[in-house]
Amino acid sequence: MRAVQAIIARDLRLAFRAGGGAPQAVAFFAVIGVLFALAVGPDLSLISKIAAPVIWTGALLATQISLDQIYRADREDGSLDVIIATSDELMVTAAAKAVAHWLSTGLPLIIATPVLAILLNLDRDAYVPLLLSLLIGTPGLSLIGSFAAALAVALPRASLLISIIVSPLYIPILIFGAGAAAAGAAGDPQYGANLSLLGAATLFAAAFAPIASAAALRSNQD
Amino acid sequence: MERADSDTAARRWSARFCARGVGVSRGGVRIVNDISLDLDPGDVVILTGPNGSGKTTLLRALAGLLRPDEGAISVNGAENGLKSVIYCGPQNAAKTALTVDENLRFWAALYGAPGGRVAEARAAFNLDPYADRFAGALSTGLFRRLGLSRLIIAQKPVWLVDEPTASLDAASSALFLSHVAAHRRQGGATIIATHDALDIASARRLRLSEEAAA
Repeated sequence: MRAVQAIIARDLRLAFRAGGGAPQAVAFFAVIGVLFALAVGPDLSLISKIAAPVIWTGALLATQISLDQIYRADREDGSLDVIIATSDELMVTAAAKAVAHWLSTGLPLIIATPVLAILLNLDRDAYVPLLLSLLIGTPGLSLIGSFAAALAVALPRASLLISIIVSPLYIPILIFGAGAAAAGAAGDPQYGANLSLLGAATLFAAAFAPIASAAALRSNQD
Repeated sequence: MERADSDTAARRWSARFCARGVGVSRGGVRIVNDISLDLDPGDVVILTGPNGSGKTTLLRALAGLLRPDEGAISVNGAENGLKSVIYCGPQNAAKTALTVDENLRFWAALYGAPGGRVAEARAAFNLDPYADRFAGALSTGLFRRLGLSRLIIAQKPVWLVDEPTASLDAASSALFLSHVAAHRRQGGATIIATHDALDIASARRLRLSEEAAA
């Protein structure tokens, strides 16, 4: 337990220090929102209609750019060897790495979302459903992403490959997440169903990603 | 390196490390062939051989970080005794964006070491003046000393050390050798892969040949 806490604390510290990537992910998220706003132009009703899907897509892309770092840096400096050698259960360690990634990327994105939402003229009623859907869905993004990062840890410059691996796996989370945000804003009865399915997707990722990550890390040792 | 007080030091372990007919491949190429090693408590084996002869590959396999194609590795008779092994590779496993103490504390947490071990390990490699310095701001030799201080933090019976003295000055090399001597007195076993002529009393030498890799 002490080791798991230490891994999470260390990854968070590294993520927010120079070159750590956590602030960059938030900045990238903001840039996506601004670019969309500029591309759509001055049509306020159109932009408020697409605000939630744009934010969801932005969160998904901003998560992707930081996935490569989850295991690569540790492998390059040899600390992955130490982490693997000292792990009683590698899947628990893999889960800790995913938790650290969510705390350093997913949570800051959620915190930045209200600001971006103002820029995109999101309807007042849509804030809570959007934030709730992000809160339930982004842990799934980190979990699935950490699995892809473990899979590609031995390959140089794998960040594009990781994006290609995770994109199809992210589709259910994107559909139910954006769906829940839209349904919640419109007072649609599908809101609850979408949130439940989104939660199911994240729970499924929580069950499978740490086991798969551990297996991927082990096979990449050889 | 043996000192007069060596007999008074308490024996903490009786580490028997045993490898039988170990063969290892990397990327489909056989690198290490049929290596057998027996270490009794206090034994030191120095692994030599030209570049590409498989020293690192063998050490990683002995540490349980690579799966050998064949052969068996055991510590005190237990095949899964690899938790009692520490491997110190050519990279130092330290984060440049963390300070010396932050790195040491992280390792202490991973190895389940008491917090006081951090100061002990720092002092063991004369890193006290650098406790709050970022590891990225250390020189190559100091960074290596930080990497080696993991041996003191972990307190494992079997040390597998890869090129420990490659970037160390003479005083630091002697410091490392004194820790190896202390480890022997405590009944630990040590395998060192090196190109340097290390002066270790009654160490056995195992020379890996190039042909295995060719």
